[in-house]
Amino acid sequence: MAEQNKATNAAEQPLARSAYEDFFFEETAMLDEWRLDDWLALFTEESVYEVPRAGAPDNADSAEDLFYISDNYFRLGHRVKRMLDKAAHAEWPRSVQSHLISNVRITGSDEQGVHVTCRFITKRAKNDVTDTYAGHHNYILKTIDGKLKIMSKRTFLASDSLRDQGKVTIIL
Amino acid sequence: MPDTMVTQNKTGDSPMVVDDRQNGLFKVHRKTFLDDEILHMEREKIFNRCWLFLGHASELPNPNDFLTRNVGGKELIFNRDRKGEFHAFLNTCPHRGAMVERQESGNSIAFKCFYHGWAFNNNGNYATRHQKGTYPENFNHDGCANLVSVKLEQYRDFFFVNYDDGANSLDSYLGDSKMILDLIDQHGPNGMEVVGGAQKYSIRSNWKLLMENSYDGYHALDTHETYFKYLTDAIGGPAEMPKITNVMDLGNGHASIEGDAPWGRPVAKWIPAWGDKAKTEVEEIKREVVSRVGAEQANRICQLGRNTGIFPNLVINDIMAITIRTFYPVEAGEMNVTAWALGVKGETREFRKRRLDNFLEFLGPGGFATPDDVEALESAYRGYAAYKLAPWNDISRGMSRAEGEPFKADDEEQMRCFWREWNRRMGGE
Ligand code: FES
Ligand SMILES: [Fe+2]
Repeated sequence: MAEQNKATNAAEQPLARSAYEDFFFEETAMLDEWRLDDWLALFTEESVYEVPRAGAPDNADSAEDLFYISDNYFRLGHRVKRMLDKAAHAEWPRSVQSHLISNVRITGSDEQGVHVTCRFITKRAKNDVTDTYAGHHNYILKTIDGKLKIMSKRTFLASDSLRDQGKVTIIL
Repeated sequence: MPDTMVTQNKTGDSPMVVDDRQNGLFKVHRKTFLDDEILHMEREKIFNRCWLFLGHASELPNPNDFLTRNVGGKELIFNRDRKGEFHAFLNTCPHRGAMVERQESGNSIAFKCFYHGWAFNNNGNYATRHQKGTYPENFNHDGCANLVSVKLEQYRDFFFVNYDDGANSLDSYLGDSKMILDLIDQHGPNGMEVVGGAQKYSIRSNWKLLMENSYDGYHALDTHETYFKYLTDAIGGPAEMPKITNVMDLGNGHASIEGDAPWGRPVAKWIPAWGDKAKTEVEEIKREVVSRVGAEQANRICQLGRNTGIFPNLVINDIMAITIRTFYPVEAGEMNVTAWALGVKGETREFRKRRLDNFLEFLGPGGFATPDDVEALESAYRGYAAYKLAPWNDISRGMSRAEGEPFKADDEEQMRCFWREWNRRMGGE
């Protein structure tokens, strides 16, 4: 479908890089401060949030490869609900986190939106253990009603496995 | 069998397992999870003696395919030679020990060690030519320069290794658990395949707790409350747990629990969230299964689900997806887990997607359930630090059911099957 639209729909015009940086800084603040409902509101109803398995290539496909997370908006909503629920034992008492974003680059744009990539380091501490997740995010972002929205966020871990961290129970 | 079994072990004067059938009590001492001496014994008496899952035939579809894998703490090459024969070799060079193959998988007619360049055919034979006089004339006449083979046997497409030359056949080891592998193999008309790589993660707890957890029907509602809330929404109605469940003692420490499932199964149980088109397709798949294996077996494949533990550390969850999972102790309080997804060969992209979605939404490091199991296992492990003051785990649930009354999945008989075998192998009487 995206292919057919390409001819008729104009590509999204990229904003200045600083606009995306500000957006990411605000997003990470929401995550660090556990304002997950605000964070969910950054996504559109057609959007996806995916974490392929560690070391997967950028074109990994959730219909062929086993991912850690492959959420449409419905499941993402439940993920947020779950994380805010005391019965999500892995995150209760909740972990302390620090999300760092860097190396922001605009890598292209099409009718889906502007493709922006950045690198991240996320620290998560719970039960006196601190885990580090590092890698890159690939975003597709679109301006809707004057606000930047996430159409797609794909998070790639720069490691072979989750042998160190054991799990992904937070938003990276 | 005696009514009461209290076994000692060589590491101390306290029993490890108390199997008191007269009083319906079954207890496991918490030091079995902590003690380095016990871990050492487990390596010798369990991981070096039992059949351990190595891989699935679908992972090596062609001649010369190989993969490398750590099984029971040893680095292995699992491969097929030019003729298509399957082999397992220790992945250590007979010269000075370097790993002969360092890629995760590939296709190669030979292996070459990077350290000094010794080469081996993919049937394991030494294949380097040296200048005359470098080595004795009859060098390798005893095979000392070949890759070391490991005992390898298969049941259907499941390959297992055994590090004990004197071990009984895989067939007799698997006992009645073969029936579970039969069921798995019959999901599709063309067999099954491992799809899309593996999830590799770790748990800061003892490996035996994951075995218990994998077929513990008792914890589901408490530990996984948030998953069932999600499921209720996803299937468009209350996610009810099965009323009738079943425990199967499969012999030799293997056991399985079976029951009706509130979630969708790609083969072949429809849920409204998949839409009307999928309903027609699911019914078509179901008809195919019935015509191939008969109504009774088809009901087990399509409607029921099973969590199976094959001693000591192979778990096959045939639930909302099919997972194969193994795990090994790194130390007493840490294990490495590897999980694979098994799918029907030739299923459509939509069903494959549903299967993988089902897998990851419940299972694995980012799922709505597994991380909470991990939290339980890790918190239990922290609790065991006080084992001298609080020494016992209770595994008695359902033990005193009346003679002939079957065990239910939320009883703990399946764990007692594991512990009795564990105890027997560890030297208990
Ligand atoms: S260690 Fe392999 S060739 Fe020397
Ligand atoms: Fe569980």
